[in-house]
Amino acid sequence: MKRATTDPWLTRYLLIGITVAFILVFLIFPVCVILVEAFRRGVAFYFASLGAEHSISAIRMTLMVAATVVPLNTVFGVCAAWAVTHFKFPGKSLLISMIEIPLWVSPVVGGLVFALIFGRQGWLGNWLAAHQIQVMFAFPGIVLATAFVTFPFVARGLIPLMQAQGCAEEEAALTLGANGWQLFWRVTFPKIKWGVLYGMILCNARAMGEFGAVSVIAGSVDDKMTMPLQIENYYQALGPEGLPRAFALASLLLLLSAVTLIIKIGLEWRHLAPSYARPPKPELVP
Amino acid sequence: MNAVSTLPPQASGHTPEGPVQPWLGRAGRRRHILPGFHLTLGYTLIYLSLIVLLPLLALVLKTVTPTKDYPSVSQVVGHVLAVTMDTRSLDSYRLSFGLSFAAALLNGVFGFIAAWALVRYQFPGKKVFDALVDLPFAMPTAVAGLALCQIFSKKGGYLGGPLYDWFGWKIAYTTWGILIALTFVGFPFVVRTLQPVLTDLAAEVEEAAACLGANRWQTFRRVIFPAIGPALLTGIMLAFGRGVGEYGSVVFISSMIPYRTEITPQLIIIKLEENDYIGAAGLGLVMLVMSLAIVLTVNIIQFLSARRRGRA
Repeated sequence: MKRATTDPWLTRYLLIGITVAFILVFLIFPVCVILVEAFRRGVAFYFASLGAEHSISAIRMTLMVAATVVPLNTVFGVCAAWAVTHFKFPGKSLLISMIEIPLWVSPVVGGLVFALIFGRQGWLGNWLAAHQIQVMFAFPGIVLATAFVTFPFVARGLIPLMQAQGCAEEEAALTLGANGWQLFWRVTFPKIKWGVLYGMILCNARAMGEFGAVSVIAGSVDDKMTMPLQIENYYQALGPEGLPRAFALASLLLLLSAVTLIIKIGLEWRHLAPSYARPPKPELVP
Repeated sequence: MNAVSTLPPQASGHTPEGPVQPWLGRAGRRRHILPGFHLTLGYTLIYLSLIVLLPLLALVLKTVTPTKDYPSVSQVVGHVLAVTMDTRSLDSYRLSFGLSFAAALLNGVFGFIAAWALVRYQFPGKKVFDALVDLPFAMPTAVAGLALCQIFSKKGGYLGGPLYDWFGWKIAYTTWGILIALTFVGFPFVVRTLQPVLTDLAAEVEEAAACLGANRWQTFRRVIFPAIGPALLTGIMLAFGRGVGEYGSVVFISSMIPYRTEITPQLIIIKLEENDYIGAAGLGLVMLVMSLAIVLTVNIIQFLSARRRGRA
């Protein structure tokens, strides 16, 4: 029996075919290319490429940046979600849309704003130079630019989650005499911990993989590069060693994105987290 | 909507015989029952200002503040206008916005097909393909750019060589390469915007259309498409917005020839390297305004479609 809502088989197979082909060519093929190129000359060569001096310093820089930015933005995200979902105050929807600004601003602009503040001709350029404080081309600048682009990730996941959960349980705990910390750690945190984890892994993936914002800040100082910047640096340098090293570093970032994707999908399928991929509901028009 | 509630009066702690509970403070004067309002909102506002608002303000002010080279406001603004209206800049806008729009349209077509197939049909490996749609969100753009460049460059050893030998197509280092990179980064937006809408679409409506004698194509064109149109448009606009700002993947696959394959974010970086901070700030402002326009468009689409749904 032909149901009214089924498409003809030709349409069906055509659309499935196009979908599968598109995902295979555009998404899976690049992943395979990274792996093939990284291991082309054997495992020993792969580890030698990863062990190159600049690769190690880039890996260290990326880890340090992520280890600084992710906790900062997580604390912010939890605070912002708490304030927005538990209280009523004027300008709330404006605050929510302002939190989302970094999502739609170009990452290059995200880096540019800090260059305009801390760069040589920036607002604080002379003062920083006089006090010999290095922000541009250094760790603090990279952290700021990364914090900008990954700013909304934790907050955005938590706000809808905490809104849906309501605060009846918190109020009950309050009537039973819990203080603020007890309230948060014993009542709220257990409810939102998967949401926090979800936001953190997305924030981490973006922090480790960010290119545009960081490239404005870091310029081309060899030992102040994150992994994505070093990949580009190796790629531009060409030579017999450049490309294999670029692909070796890229394979590490690929591993990161695979882990991120698996945790993310796992949380979504268990309905522990809202699907992040749903588009933002911008509330700029109140 | 809002998860803010107030305790009923009898729970407010004012028992005639007992003391006022300490957590209520001076009861009646506090608008908020749960603790932490000042702490969390204060921290949120300070962190938001430091990381996002003040830096953006610094960018805007940079375009009107006199410096040593440009001692008056009119000279600064003149320089900003000269840079942002320069032929090189105009060409970069044309390339950035044109290619992002083309990529967004491509994503509109392929994203719609993918969302439709993933929601409506069953096929082996469907869940895996569905999960892989998010790959461009999770994959660093530099990794994507490196891989795409290797695939499409003539000497990469993958598709680039055959495509050039058989058809004479050059893809890497041309505008086609940028188009491919932008399509890659924008792909998930359309799919993920459409999927929930397609899932929620009631089968009864389609059945009713079929009962009234519509064939499948008529049902699609007259019934399904109007229902998912706003979501499709939203997804396309989001992909467009993402493409306009993209830099990481393009830098690998583009040859960065001024006037021809130079996108606006690239030009900003070049201006900074030339120490033309005011010019860079001007270009940054142009991009900021364009992003704002895109976000407003998305808002208006959602507002209109919500109103239409409310009326129907």
